[in-house]
Amino acid sequence: MAGLLGAMRAVFVRELLVFWRRSTEVMTALVFFVIVTTLFPLAIGPERRELMLVAPGVLWVAALLATTLSLNHLFASDYQDGSLEQMLMSPYPLSAMVFSKIAAHWVLTGLPLALLSPLLAIQLALPMKAIGTLVGSLLLGTPTLTLIGAVPAALTLGVRGGGVLVSLLVLPLYTPVLIFGAEAVAASAGQGFASVAHLSLLGAFLALALSFAPWASSAALRVSLD
Amino acid sequence: MRGDRTLFAGLSLDLAPGEALHVRGPNGLGKTTLLRALCGLSRPMRGEIRWRGQKVSDLGEEFTAEVAYVGHLNGIQGDLTASENLRLTSQIFTRRKQQGVSAGEALERVGLRAQADRPARHLSQGQKRRLALARLLVLRRPLWVLDEPFTALDMASVASLSCLIGEHMATGGLALIVSHQAFDLPGIRDFELAHYCKARK
Repeated sequence: MAGLLGAMRAVFVRELLVFWRRSTEVMTALVFFVIVTTLFPLAIGPERRELMLVAPGVLWVAALLATTLSLNHLFASDYQDGSLEQMLMSPYPLSAMVFSKIAAHWVLTGLPLALLSPLLAIQLALPMKAIGTLVGSLLLGTPTLTLIGAVPAALTLGVRGGGVLVSLLVLPLYTPVLIFGAEAVAASAGQGFASVAHLSLLGAFLALALSFAPWASSAALRVSLD
Repeated sequence: MRGDRTLFAGLSLDLAPGEALHVRGPNGLGKTTLLRALCGLSRPMRGEIRWRGQKVSDLGEEFTAEVAYVGHLNGIQGDLTASENLRLTSQIFTRRKQQGVSAGEALERVGLRAQADRPARHLSQGQKRRLALARLLVLRRPLWVLDEPFTALDMASVASLSCLIGEHMATGGLALIVSHQAFDLPGIRDFELAHYCKARK
């Protein structure tokens, strides 16, 4: 088993190295997140009450779109240069390799996004007491988004216009995460039920996605590369 | 079968340890498809492929752990250096008992020592090809499946690759090679794919 873990770690390191050297790709999703959330106060106006009302939704939709934007980088370059083909020939289960890839991808896209969100939340006049929930919900939610998104990303490899297709496929699947994520933040901002319930549901989604997404996307990869 | 087109039928071949097969045939006949099916990347419509007497589809990763495949695509990540590419390959793809030579040694063998620390995207076509072939040494697998391994290689590299394949056979390894290029390898068997193809429209 040490061999499998070693291989998974090597895939993880490889992804981090590659993404690090192509930092522009990592940055685009993050910059997108910042710009979109900044546009809202400009459009709505400086009225704190109105901003506070839309803040949870805006932050979550922006995070979701930023994640969708980054999905194309998950497999595309490895597909083009043939590394993915090689990964299919690995002596270890493909789903384990895919899991490592997704984990690395999240560390470079979802994690910075969650860590950056408090700054943007202040800009949207989100009450201080809700910021902890915001970060928590994004930490639980964004890995789920990346995991779910990996399946259509794998399925559309080699399809012309795959990028748009991924968005179309993935956005409907994201709705439950969006609903409970935004609701959790709204709740702790004092607009609804307690946020713990929503966060637990987000946790449940994450557990579900963890169990099926690596397996489903590796099956999708085999189909795409046949 | 590729798409809805049957490429070949009634095909049967076997390979013993220490043997190499040179698959020949004109363009578009399905040589690559055959190789991809043989190494488990795609499934044949009918028929079966066996490895040490067992069906490949049942063996799964036990089979892929025995194959090294170098396809049309080099499988090199351009943003990593040549030696990083190889080192990670060996970490990701080898089980402990299969550890081949080290990344540095493999680079030496294919004549890329000087390029070890350059990003792979700066390498020339031929150098990239050699880097892809260096994987064979790092992995130490019994079955080599090589799709046009000689493309973009210079004369000296062609000779040294033939030599490598020869050494591989001498240690009981198997090799399946698709190539249009003439190369010198004693004891290699020719396999003409055209015999098994349906009359084409």
